[in-house]
Amino acid sequence: MSNIIEVDHLSFSFGSGALTQPVLKDVTISLEQGEIVLITGPSGSGKTTFLTIIGGLRQALHGSVKVLGHQFINSNEQIKVKTRQQIGYIFQQHNLLKSLTALQNVCMTLEINTTMTEQQRCDRAAEMLIAVGLGDRLDYKPDQLSGGQRQRVSIARALVGQPKIILADEPTASLDKQSGYEAVNLLKRLAKESQTTILLVTHDYRILDIADRVVELEDGMIK
Amino acid sequence: MNWAGWLYFPARLAWRQLVFDRTKLVAAICGVLFACVLVFMQLGFKDTLYASAASAPLKLDGDLFLMHKQSEAMWRPIQFKRSELMRALGNPAIAEAYPLYLGLAPLKNIQTQTKRTLMVYGFDPDSLLFNVPAIRNKYTELRLKDTILFDEYSRPEFGPVRQLLEMGQNVTEINDYKVTIIGLFQLGVSFAADGNVITSDLNFMRIFPRRNLENIDMGVIRLNPETSVESVQAELKSHLNAFVNVFTYEELLRHEKDYWANTAPIGFIFGFGTVMGWVVGLVIVYQILFTDITNHRNEFATLKAMGYEQGYFIRVVFASASFLAVLGFIPGYLLSLGLYNLAESQMYMPMPMLISKIITVFMFILSMCFMAGLLAIRKLKDANPADMF
Repeated sequence: MSNIIEVDHLSFSFGSGALTQPVLKDVTISLEQGEIVLITGPSGSGKTTFLTIIGGLRQALHGSVKVLGHQFINSNEQIKVKTRQQIGYIFQQHNLLKSLTALQNVCMTLEINTTMTEQQRCDRAAEMLIAVGLGDRLDYKPDQLSGGQRQRVSIARALVGQPKIILADEPTASLDKQSGYEAVNLLKRLAKESQTTILLVTHDYRILDIADRVVELEDGMIK
Repeated sequence: MNWAGWLYFPARLAWRQLVFDRTKLVAAICGVLFACVLVFMQLGFKDTLYASAASAPLKLDGDLFLMHKQSEAMWRPIQFKRSELMRALGNPAIAEAYPLYLGLAPLKNIQTQTKRTLMVYGFDPDSLLFNVPAIRNKYTELRLKDTILFDEYSRPEFGPVRQLLEMGQNVTEINDYKVTIIGLFQLGVSFAADGNVITSDLNFMRIFPRRNLENIDMGVIRLNPETSVESVQAELKSHLNAFVNVFTYEELLRHEKDYWANTAPIGFIFGFGTVMGWVVGLVIVYQILFTDITNHRNEFATLKAMGYEQGYFIRVVFASASFLAVLGFIPGYLLSLGLYNLAESQMYMPMPMLISKIITVFMFILSMCFMAGLLAIRKLKDANPADMF
């Protein structure tokens, strides 16, 4: 079984000189295809930093981070941009584009590669929104949607490009218990269908049961 | 990635973001519109200035023109000796040479008795110096004592001369000297003179008693057919005294225009106003684009995390800038069109909205918006997806 994400002895610190603040210490972990892994831990344990390194958003210098076969340590921006296009993101805040409708927001994922026609993109995006239960909200702007609905739009946006990996940072943090649970279950169901790997950072213990594996991070080390 | 998508998708996003916030869009359009109107008006005034300055020499019928080197412009000439012009006749290529006498003098309004200064042109009526049919047709009448022709396009402060003439009231005073208006012609006012009057050289001396026929303001030379203007000009330059300029027709027009552009220097003022319009518009558009990027920072960072490259956002910003340029230019153009008409009715000078000017101003506005975009894209690097989580 191939590993989608392979992290080997990764260390990372903020600042420099006397102010150096180590955040991640010698982290080693690997994720298989289709695996759902939750990372938990207290605030400041380095969860989010870890996620941004996996996502190619932050440059780490020590250790090895291989995502979809690409080494991220000391790599150039071009490789990371290409890899990012195969990763779906779900943010704590929904981060939808305010000026676009739900459908247009989901289409943004598909517009990176212009091989599809406009009609194909719209159909795909609409299918995805129907799958997350927002078939009747296609032309609503984010301001006209509830918090749970917005998060479901961003799940649709993350999944519509058929990514190999989903990275989610506290996806339930701004939601109530009911809609938060619905959102992650939806994510799990859709991901399992398409064999997508999920790496989810949370300290919401209500959703631990969706994971195949729970990893606890404390002071930058895996416990 | 194909070409259409390369530009179309960022442009579409820019458009959607622009129309989403209508208030800000209107503010931005007003900013561009303001700059647009300012540039249109300044350029319009400048062109009118130059065109009006050249309106009189444009109608002169001659091949070469003599002027004193110290004459800055036709409306403030320095006199030189008539004999200098007559020496030019020694050149076999020259067919005719005529003196032109120029002077500023007050003309009395027949109705209100108020006086206002205008330009008086004096020359031998038989020389037909002005290429204006209304003047040429009257050359025999102009030979009579104390007769003048009045420019119908002079400012209205001189009175409704056409109606007065029809009613038979044709006697007025120039320089406190009684003259009879025997007809009208059409030339147009300039920044130097509010009106024009044409008379014979002999009448000119009666109007200006201190002047005499020996001291002339300009010499107009006509060449024999099929002679080279340039070679005769070169011969005259070497033959005549150094204190006279020998201009060709084009050089005379340029000399008149350059006076306002460089010596006066009203041209500089309008040029400066144009640049100020550009700068003010630049600052407004820059502010709009800058706050736009700041407001959309999270959204841009999200898109970056999704795999959009930096170039995409640069195209979004420049597409916004182009949309603002076009959206501001259209109402700016329409408003300027109205203001041009208003200005024409106030200045009594033609202020045409030429295609070339429309293109110039649009290019100006486009460059302004692009410059603003160029300054604003520095803000894009703040949209760092690593700060998003």
